[in-house]
Amino acid sequence: MTVPVEETFKPQALNGIRICDFTGQLAGAGATKILAAFGAEVIRVEDPTNKGKWDILRGIPPWVGNSPGLEAGGAFNNHNAGKLGITLNLRHDRAKELLRELVHISDAVTENFAAGVMERLGFGYDELREIREDIIYVSHNGFGSTGPYSSFKSWGPIAQAVSGLTFTSGLPEQPPAGWGYSFMDHTGAYYMATAVLMALLHRRRTGEGQWVDLACIEAAGTLHGTATLDATVNGRAMRRSGMPNSNRSQSPRMAPHGIWATQGENQWIAIAVRDDSDWHLFAEVVNEPWSQEQRWQSAADRLRAEDELELLVAAWTAPQDRHALAQRLIDAGVPAAPVLRPGERIDSDERTADLWITVDHSEAGPARVEGLPVRLSETNWSLSRGAACLGEHNSYVFGQLLGLDEQEINELAEEGVI
Amino acid sequence: MTPKDSEAALTGYRVIELASERCALAGKLLADMGAEVIVVEPPGGCETRAWEPFADDVPGLENSLHWWHYNTSKKSVMVDLETEAGAQQFRSLLATADVVIEAEPLGRLDALGLDWNQLREDESELIWTSITHHGRDGADPPATDLTLLAEGGPVWSCGYDDHQLPPVRGGANQAFHTACHYAVPAILVALMWRETSSRGQLIDVSMLGAANATTEFATLWWLNGEQEVQRQTGRHAHIRPTEWTQIRCADGRWFNTGMPPRNKREFAALRMWIEELGLVAECSSYEILKLGDQYERIGVFELDADPMAGEVFQAGRDVIEFLGQRLPAYELFLGLQERGMACGIVYSPDEMIEDPHFVERGFPVDVFYEDRNSTYTHPGAPYRFERTPWMVTRAPHLGEHQVLVEDLPE
Repeated sequence: MTVPVEETFKPQALNGIRICDFTGQLAGAGATKILAAFGAEVIRVEDPTNKGKWDILRGIPPWVGNSPGLEAGGAFNNHNAGKLGITLNLRHDRAKELLRELVHISDAVTENFAAGVMERLGFGYDELREIREDIIYVSHNGFGSTGPYSSFKSWGPIAQAVSGLTFTSGLPEQPPAGWGYSFMDHTGAYYMATAVLMALLHRRRTGEGQWVDLACIEAAGTLHGTATLDATVNGRAMRRSGMPNSNRSQSPRMAPHGIWATQGENQWIAIAVRDDSDWHLFAEVVNEPWSQEQRWQSAADRLRAEDELELLVAAWTAPQDRHALAQRLIDAGVPAAPVLRPGERIDSDERTADLWITVDHSEAGPARVEGLPVRLSETNWSLSRGAACLGEHNSYVFGQLLGLDEQEINELAEEGVI
Repeated sequence: MTPKDSEAALTGYRVIELASERCALAGKLLADMGAEVIVVEPPGGCETRAWEPFADDVPGLENSLHWWHYNTSKKSVMVDLETEAGAQQFRSLLATADVVIEAEPLGRLDALGLDWNQLREDESELIWTSITHHGRDGADPPATDLTLLAEGGPVWSCGYDDHQLPPVRGGANQAFHTACHYAVPAILVALMWRETSSRGQLIDVSMLGAANATTEFATLWWLNGEQEVQRQTGRHAHIRPTEWTQIRCADGRWFNTGMPPRNKREFAALRMWIEELGLVAECSSYEILKLGDQYERIGVFELDADPMAGEVFQAGRDVIEFLGQRLPAYELFLGLQERGMACGIVYSPDEMIEDPHFVERGFPVDVFYEDRNSTYTHPGAPYRFERTPWMVTRAPHLGEHQVLVEDLPE
């Protein structure tokens, strides 16, 4: 029997930590991926009766490899790299017994079901504590486990809408642009990983476990604090004329500050003139009569006539190459960047080349995934295995960890328990 | 330290943060969970103290709401790292610390003899966190939140169906936030390891990398088949155009329709709601909705194969749009969610914090400012720890805790 432990030559910080993991999608799976990358043994539990399809990412494109299927979800592979996978049909009492045994040897239980699902399965926090007194339980859903909306459903775009993140992303006189992806699935996952780690650290120091109730929308609601305080302290509501305009900068105020078209179709440059000193540098690069005018020298004046100034900047950037122009501005000391397309930043940007790694998926073979944008000098992250196929590690977990023999495992599979 | 019966998760850890817009959230996340976070400010204070908006619109070192938000629960000392006396104070302070968080321009601390490279020998248990543009071995181009999100990927995916309009940066400095969202778990991982090894280490966080790792399907479509997503109004950027998910309701508010109804339970619930509202005669899609009884579940990726399923699916969407034209956004939100359909009202941040659900859960928290004899409402806990709750106190005045750097042993 192979022991499916990541082969690393350095110690990993979370070696010896075991996570009994019910998470899925990005909001949950993204969290336990971080734990797995730092060495935790993350055992993902899936329902064999629907082939793990509760996590819709298992079976939707883009595909890893050339053919579609439940083992070919590219998002699934990305978010579950480094983890183990087992199946348990919790409608069976025997499966519940096995889960109890697994919880008993786990440090934390993680899930992002709708509120109440774990209680209905018989594995709410009270039951988990009976199995293991110091267990850490982190639940993550949109609206949290209590309150009038605790039964409401959510996913990234809904969390973004209700929290204010959609509203604050857009241009004046336009609908909200929102986020063109599930920013809060990523970010909810970061908060979930943080919650597990804080609880683990606390337990390591005190022996005490606990439940963390994570509501994605509340995590999101902390992410525009300055604007919220402007309302609660100054009574200045965000819903007002000219707002939001998120390509401009409100705190601190900067002008010009925005994204403008450049030569070619759908090519853009972002420029941020932070202060009067930046303006001086910027005006030299522009080197046109308008940029030398006295009326633009002070930030207060630029902010007062921001619309007019932006038209001048737009006319100036329009015929230029975004890469060359950004480089000229950066060389002069002014923050600027081309709006990079996915292929440009993934395949051609050497500055982030080590973020993109290749893992080995048991069926699809080598597959590219995102790594972590951090480096730790002593206990760095490592991911080498792709997402587990359905029940791929049943033998290891039920056999080696829980002590069942091969015949028992085969019988459980035949009976539909695993 | 092994605190028993501690009240906070991070009680006993001391964190030194070099004041900066870029790393302030990382310090806040640790401070609000009980770490002693000492923010080291230069003479005259951190530059963010000068940023508007100000409380009561009165500029002043202690009035910036940016400072108020990002520095809750911290302590402040003022140290001039450019002087030998200040540098010595800083070194002495580090000797008492568990974690350092800094986002200084590359090379600045090294030139002052105050970088990890120079201090690691003496401070072998210290966890040093550097947040830089793209790593400590990289370059340090002038950058802001806007330029990081532009070259890091998020901007490409955000904006409107009309591609004559520029792509959009999401609001509120999320590039810095995202770097901090990676820094904090990394610090906790390093603390976990230090508990057993008694060794510190260097954490090197790339802001550009963090943005790149936070773009969901733009990256996934490229990594798996080199296909490029295009931005769309208020919904996921995609490799081909998809249907709207954002509508304007009768009260003018925007609304995210979420996952459209897909099974017979949802179709029936919608139908009954139309009946309850007395809108059957006006609702042209009502009859088609009845056919929804035949579908246990319509798979979104199977719509092309079954034309009738497609019609029923479309009728569900049309009915939600129809209801939106007649109801305020909040009523549509409650009505659909209570009938089991995922959707969301588009709130502004200040509206979210007043919503009865989040009020009942205690999300808005009152923070007392004794210097102003006033209490102000802040956004609350991002997570609820049952035993070691998140707690918050007002941001410190400049140098309010100066005593912490006085009389330190050299």
